[in-house]
Amino acid sequence: MTAVQEPSAEREIGRERRRKEDQRLITGRTRWTDNIALPGMLHLAMVRSPFAHATIVSIDTSEAKNATNVVDVVTGADLGEAQGACINAWAITEDQVTPPHLPMPVDRVAFAGEVVAVVVARSAAEARDAAELVDVEYDELPAALDLKHAATDEVLAHPDLGTNKSAFWRFDSAEAGTGGDVDAAIEKARTDGIVIEREYRQQRLIPAFMEPRSVVVDPTGEQITVWSATQVPHILRFAIAATTGVPESKIRVIAPDVGGGFGGKLQQTPEEMIAFAVARRLGRPVKFTETRSESLMTAHHGRDQWQKLTMSAEKDGTVTGLKVELLADLGAYVAIVGGGVPVLGAFMFNSIYKFPAYQFNCQTVLTNKTWTDAYRGAGRPEATFAIERLMDELAAELGEDPIEVRRRNWIHADEFPFSTVAGLEYDSGDYEKATRRAMEMLGYDELRAEQKRRRDAGDRVQLGIGVSTFTEMCGLAPSRVLGQLNYGAGGWEHASVRMLATGKVEVVTGASAHGQGHETAFSQIVADRLGVPFEDVEVLHGDTQVAPKGLDTYGSRSLVVGGEALVKAVDKVIDKARPLAAHLLEASADDLEYAGGRFGVRGTDQGITIQELATAAFAAHSYPEDMEPSLDADATYDPVNFNFPHGTHLCAVEVDTETGQVSMRRYACCDDIGNIINPLIVAGQVHGGLVQGIAQALWEEAVHDDSGTLVSGSFTDYLLPTAADTISFDIDHTTSPSLTNTLGTKGVGEAGTIASTPAVVNAVVDAVRHLGIDDIAMPCTPERVWRAIQGVAKGGATEGAAMPHFDSSTGMEGTVDRTTGGAQ
Amino acid sequence: MTRISLTVDGARVADDVEPRMLLVQYLRERLGKTGTVIGCDTSNCGACTVHLDGESVKSCNVLAVQADGCEVTTIEGLAQDGELHPVQEAFRECHGLQCGFCTPGMVMQSVALLKENPQPSEEEIRLGLEGNLCRCTGYHNIVRAVQHAAGAGSTTSSASGAGAEQGVTA
Repeated sequence: MTAVQEPSAEREIGRERRRKEDQRLITGRTRWTDNIALPGMLHLAMVRSPFAHATIVSIDTSEAKNATNVVDVVTGADLGEAQGACINAWAITEDQVTPPHLPMPVDRVAFAGEVVAVVVARSAAEARDAAELVDVEYDELPAALDLKHAATDEVLAHPDLGTNKSAFWRFDSAEAGTGGDVDAAIEKARTDGIVIEREYRQQRLIPAFMEPRSVVVDPTGEQITVWSATQVPHILRFAIAATTGVPESKIRVIAPDVGGGFGGKLQQTPEEMIAFAVARRLGRPVKFTETRSESLMTAHHGRDQWQKLTMSAEKDGTVTGLKVELLADLGAYVAIVGGGVPVLGAFMFNSIYKFPAYQFNCQTVLTNKTWTDAYRGAGRPEATFAIERLMDELAAELGEDPIEVRRRNWIHADEFPFSTVAGLEYDSGDYEKATRRAMEMLGYDELRAEQKRRRDAGDRVQLGIGVSTFTEMCGLAPSRVLGQLNYGAGGWEHASVRMLATGKVEVVTGASAHGQGHETAFSQIVADRLGVPFEDVEVLHGDTQVAPKGLDTYGSRSLVVGGEALVKAVDKVIDKARPLAAHLLEASADDLEYAGGRFGVRGTDQGITIQELATAAFAAHSYPEDMEPSLDADATYDPVNFNFPHGTHLCAVEVDTETGQVSMRRYACCDDIGNIINPLIVAGQVHGGLVQGIAQALWEEAVHDDSGTLVSGSFTDYLLPTAADTISFDIDHTTSPSLTNTLGTKGVGEAGTIASTPAVVNAVVDAVRHLGIDDIAMPCTPERVWRAIQGVAKGGATEGAAMPHFDSSTGMEGTVDRTTGGAQ
Repeated sequence: MTRISLTVDGARVADDVEPRMLLVQYLRERLGKTGTVIGCDTSNCGACTVHLDGESVKSCNVLAVQADGCEVTTIEGLAQDGELHPVQEAFRECHGLQCGFCTPGMVMQSVALLKENPQPSEEEIRLGLEGNLCRCTGYHNIVRAVQHAAGAGSTTSSASGAGAEQGVTA
């Protein structure tokens, strides 16, 4: 392809461009869904079940219907089939048990917060008032709440299904031919090596995007228009059409400004479906905007797994095998990705290491709690946490520095491309270089020396240093791989480039941003590649009528998949423009060279710019006979592989051994995300990701009480970190360009979240390990840290905090490493 | 219904409102000042922060009737004569926003913070913004933006460490 280089012009890629999006956002000139008001628009309020599991005996709507300015009160029975259904796009096994999921169930509720009726009124306040008047009689049923208990099928979340076990998914390296037999490796290590066995808890988290979900549906006009605070307008349109019978061509979905998602808005929600059905029923525009409590209670949650892990190693610390047994809580329904989330982690437990044998087992389980689905990282944070905690445990067992033990096991720079034991091919990376840089930034050696001094002196406040080296798979996803995994759709992305008459460029992308800065980064890519000014590029997205094809934004895919589609569309524009340029310049196409947005006739000063050609194509007064008078081009790009960013994250914390208080002292990370389009945006993604991961380690947990009510249902109870809880970060990059896309880029949206959680927990454990502690459950609250310290001091088990060994037959639960050749 | 009259972003307005109507609802639903947003029900998130007679308040925590006779400034009234307020400019310069939903409140609170303390330390900034939640930025660049607006931050923003952002090339 033509290189676009104009000596005088600064390259856009790599430039710290300030964002195009910001002007409207910093002045309040925004279009959030809740800002939309239409003539005659009605407002919805949901009547929600207070019970986790109950039969709906009766719903009396008469009093609510009589309230002033109430237009209608609608139940699931009233809507019938018109309400459609919430879909699961990924049955992870052929025989997956998937309960039907009606947006408004008719006879039974399966979690607290489920909608049983909707009030339609002239104002939101009147709708909420009248929702209090709807009288629902429930017959409470036993609820399956605790994940492990639910897995025993003693109490059923959906009695008709006969089981809570939804699907069992396994990957075995011996069966797949990608490695050896993990059980044999573990057996060998039991007699002649080291076995580390741990069980870790991935607590339930809430994505907690700042903009509550909101939906407006306007059924007037030929198309039914749906505005929604969603990450996935295209997928939502498909799901509405597929389940209501309304033709896809009659539905227009618009995701206007969307205030964050983090996976939490990649759902097809009951509320969207209910608003759609009510708008059609009444023929009037309707709006529903959730309260924060409704958001925390009913928008999907994330994580919630038990991880049972067995790692085998030689006596020198060379890992020989890893076996993973997961229990994953789906909540009450299998959400759109649902059980696919832990499967996304299946390929990442081996991380950056050369493990010869690997087995992954995952049992997904239905419970009577809020449904779970993707939350930033989706499967990969869980995998990274498990392996990075284990590597620290292995180092502790060996009495060695945790970085040394990792180095002994990781893939070296000269070993790429590398086929992993999980069956992936890593294209590039340099773990040594990123680690060296991170150590330098943190001041690793000095902090280790300080740690020793303070330990020797018996300081009340102890220093801990946590290590997390990680890689992740980004750029979801090659469609053939998704097909093999039984996912319901592909992983391609679409882009169009429209050359306007005035020479301006409209770029249409199927990726749908909600804070990532696509408008800026994509403008930079097009400006460079096409050779037009950054300011002349307009990026359009998030409206199925403007951007008719797309698979939206999640899984760190926008740049690496959507950006590549853009590159291909731009290249087509240039190819289409070449014969027109030759025609107008009266030259041979072969004599033209394209640079800096201009076709020049080689050896002359004659030339014509792409923007002039756009005007000429618009006028269409003179063009070659075999050409259409247009330079516009589309491209659909299906990725050939994932890409694999990696990095080393180091964290230093101070732990007050008297109070259990954890204070973050320093955090340094060096990420390799390939070539960087906009360093400013990348830094922002890393910072934000870090805090979400740190929050899992230290603060956040969705807690249900014994009756299945979410008790962390407000920002008073669900601890989102504030500016005062966090510190400034030291971030840097090494650059191993990805070999699987033209721009050499890798995903960055999830990296910080994936890497930071184990770095922090490793640091906390490292600070108190000399007190005999080898684990503290997340979030590592002062209470849990304090209890761990007290428990050990008293010589007893730390109830609910330190994770015991899972094999009770050893009689060594709680505090001792059950490692043959080690503690025994 | 109660009659209130007040000044919002320089304009005199008057309306009959329900006594229970919150100031933020009045701004959004009656005046169309949708730049100010609602992020929670418990006055934790601060997304709705505006200035009431020059003091920052969470407008979900003030009744519209309490604003009777007052002067309210929202994010939409901060820029003067097409010129961004220095704090708005600093948020853009330092990439202090991503999705932008918390930004109106964050900017209004930052303006109030700098009015009280024109040269805050990093810790004072962090404590001063404690009542405003952001889920995207990790606060790092928001702190930089406030430092930048105070004239204390470096103009290149976004990373604290030497060598950060420079990119060590392979």
